Amino acid sequence: MTENNELIRLSAAALAEKLAAREVTAVEVTQAHLDRIAAVDGKVHAFLHVNTDEALAVAAEVDAIRAAGGAAAEELHALAGVPIAVKDLIVTIGQPTTAGSKILEGWHSPYDATVVERLRAAKMPILGKTNLDEFAMGSSTEHSAYGPTRNPWDLDRIPGGSGGGSAAAVAAFEAPLALGTDTGGSIRQPGAVTGTVGVKPTYGGVSRYGAIAMASSLDQIGPVSRTVLDSALLHQVIGGHDPRDSTSLPDPLEDLVAAARTGHVEGMKIGIIKELHGEGYQAGVENRFNESLELLKAAGAEIVEVSCPNFKYALGAYYLIMPSEASSNLAKFDGVRYGLRVLPEQGPMTIERVMGATRAAGFGDEVKRRIILGTYALSAGYYDAYYGSAQKVRTLIQRDFDAAFAQADVLISPTAPTTAFKLGEKLNDPLAMYLNDVATIPANMAGVPGLSLPGGLADEDGLPVGIQLLAPARQDARLYRVGAVLESLLEAQWGGPLLEKAPSLTAATADSSAAATALSHGGSH
Amino acid sequence: MAAINRDDVAHLAQLAHIEMSAEELDRMAGELAVIVDSVKSVSEAAGDDVPATSHPIPLTNVFREDVVGHTFTAEQSLNGAPDAYEGRFKVPAILDED
Repeated sequence: MTENNELIRLSAAALAEKLAAREVTAVEVTQAHLDRIAAVDGKVHAFLHVNTDEALAVAAEVDAIRAAGGAAAEELHALAGVPIAVKDLIVTIGQPTTAGSKILEGWHSPYDATVVERLRAAKMPILGKTNLDEFAMGSSTEHSAYGPTRNPWDLDRIPGGSGGGSAAAVAAFEAPLALGTDTGGSIRQPGAVTGTVGVKPTYGGVSRYGAIAMASSLDQIGPVSRTVLDSALLHQVIGGHDPRDSTSLPDPLEDLVAAARTGHVEGMKIGIIKELHGEGYQAGVENRFNESLELLKAAGAEIVEVSCPNFKYALGAYYLIMPSEASSNLAKFDGVRYGLRVLPEQGPMTIERVMGATRAAGFGDEVKRRIILGTYALSAGYYDAYYGSAQKVRTLIQRDFDAAFAQADVLISPTAPTTAFKLGEKLNDPLAMYLNDVATIPANMAGVPGLSLPGGLADEDGLPVGIQLLAPARQDARLYRVGAVLESLLEAQWGGPLLEKAPSLTAATADSSAAATALSHGGSH
Repeated sequence: MAAINRDDVAHLAQLAHIEMSAEELDRMAGELAVIVDSVKSVSEAAGDDVPATSHPIPLTNVFREDVVGHTFTAEQSLNGAPDAYEGRFKVPAILDED
């Protein structure tokens, strides 16, 4: 048990080394994570499906190849045998894909997403599918049709969203790595509130073939992990051109792992975005943000202030573009080709009425809100004022980024304005919920890459704060270079990874040792 | 821009093929009015001289070779369908009998 506890706390990079050195087997590593899921996921609810048999079979295959040695063993990917969780918006053969919606309950995809094919090619055991806000629409995972995921730091609080399941799985040591998707912050904001790392790559940098689309001009798949290096390792597996995604960039992938391993900030210009901190940001978030700036300065970076005056329109423009694209993308859920079909209780049984009844029963409130809002923004007479204007704002945001990156190599801000809030706190106030993404949305609007890493705990509530780094399009390597330095400076201050301060989730199940464990971890949960 | 009211929501729900109860229409109208009001500033943000951006990193002429790629069998395609008949999707009546 102790041994397993040690295995689940290792980074993906450390697990890869131990596997290559044959100090542990892939089956042991995978089983340790499956055991952890069995022990804590009843409380955290990060997973919608656990893929036990397939994960263990893939792990056993890796072990057999390693044991046999020779060319096949030499050719194994560095992450072979390192398990991973996949957000349930990404389709997988052999496991259900629900998108967190009742309309796809029990649906099995006949094909794998490109990123899943790449995980399989690297022989990474897939532990299961993680929870999300329905069709990735939300910032708290409370809009999942299958119940919310809980934040491992405080089970009464949200893990962020939409990728709360992937972030919580990694934070709760149920998986060393996970895949997320980020349309307006759904990888980075959960990373911030769970004390983990998440990266939204450059738009088109990772294939979206097989990611169920919400807003096609904004959606991006990316890595979720506990360390900056681990995200780089995963990014390297999933990134690069895919002819099956017409928005996939043809550029060769940079060496992101080398960037994370070498880390460098000396002489770099790091820009604070004037509009993305200060008013509206929690004091504890501001404090940790300012500390990170001091650390970077001490390490030789030059901190400059940049202004992005049009960012104040980003949230509004996002909430026109995203619902418009979502209303169109979700039109395919018509009760004919896949998923749920609900028949109207009375009256003529026409396709229109079946569709209306199916979508009424299959979609949750937030999805309906966004479809109606998008239908409105795209309707005749409003199109120019809403969708057209929002697309112009997009140009202004890109120009702001261009001007900012003329002054700085990377930009920095808090990832989210607050730490994790209580479950239910913002559920009935859509607008308050949308404000969580105010600092993450500009990157999606402009297509630039962003990384969130833990910046410490807020003084007032002891909950994780996220620091966001942004780089110009196609310059994802800069995020890893700077992120790795900031991470090591912060960890030197804390005396180890931030997640070591997270409460032990198993304390409450073993009643006799609960008090002792709670004391030894200094936690209340 | 006009505020969004209950009748608008009823019409939009019909266009979007989502049946809504009276209670749902009332609630949705209230929530959407607040959201629409909050995004109003967007229409005043950019002048006529600003071009629209539809894709952040536009690619043009993305083609592939005109050869048959991977295809699904009829069985695979129908596997997730709620109803099928003789190898095809079974669809409810398109037209009302009346």
